[in-house]
Amino acid sequence: MTHSIIKLEISAEDRRIAGLAAAAVGLTLAEAAIPLPLPGVKPGLANIVTLIVLYQFGWRAAVWVSLLRIVAGALALGTFLTPTFVMSLSGGLASLSILGLAVHLPRRWFGPVGLSVLAAFAHIGAQLGVVGVWLMPGVNLLPLLSVFLGAAWISGLVNGLVVAGLLRSGVTGAQS
Amino acid sequence: MKVADALGLLRPGDWLVLAGLAAVIAALWGHGSTGDRVVIKQEGKVFLDTTPRLDREVSVPGPLGMTVVEIKGGRVRIKSDPGPRQICVKQGWLGPGQVAICLPNRVSVERGASVYDSLNY
Repeated sequence: MTHSIIKLEISAEDRRIAGLAAAAVGLTLAEAAIPLPLPGVKPGLANIVTLIVLYQFGWRAAVWVSLLRIVAGALALGTFLTPTFVMSLSGGLASLSILGLAVHLPRRWFGPVGLSVLAAFAHIGAQLGVVGVWLMPGVNLLPLLSVFLGAAWISGLVNGLVVAGLLRSGVTGAQS
Repeated sequence: MKVADALGLLRPGDWLVLAGLAAVIAALWGHGSTGDRVVIKQEGKVFLDTTPRLDREVSVPGPLGMTVVEIKGGRVRIKSDPGPRQICVKQGWLGPGQVAICLPNRVSVERGASVYDSLNY
């Protein structure tokens, strides 16, 4: 009887993506420990990792890191396949789509802060869409809209500044 | 990192994005927190305080006759008024926060917030 051996080739890129996704999962878990005033309002620290990956390794790597982070983070927090996970996934997919478009904007004019804020808005927009259409249809979300968007504006700005600062200081270049 | 350094990280398009989205938030700010009540006043006293979600017509008596207020599909307007200039009727449907006043007949209709009402929520 012969054993068939399945060998997985692990490329350097796989390792890199796994490492970055682990960093993003770490931030997600740390963030889950912070008490938050409103469900849905979070700093979104893991997006710092997504943005840095986007700038350093391209959009495909950012998609991998982000989706791995969402699935692994949900498994770790016990929210996998729950509505929370669906919201996280829809927000992640929306912000990745926006980033995929926005990354082609001229670099001279649009930096990490602009992309970060746009991604934050796409994220909360998709989540509110899921809530409005699927989780709580018929609920008037309008009163909360400005609060959520305001929170996205602030967290997008702060995360974007962190990304811009990290990219300029060259700290992140060490990984490549 | 100094503040000036942080500002240096922003590029012109970033400012544009920030300003544009801040404008969106500002535009949405007033919405929703108001607009869930319809308050009809006669001679300055509350005649009816109701929700815009139930369609109905309300006749409010005044010194000149009946002012008819119509609530339909979450909106409210003065349907008819005995006043000579019909200003409040011409105002049409009221947006959140707007007020229509039929001065000759001493009737006003407000679209705005009211006290929290657990029956309607």
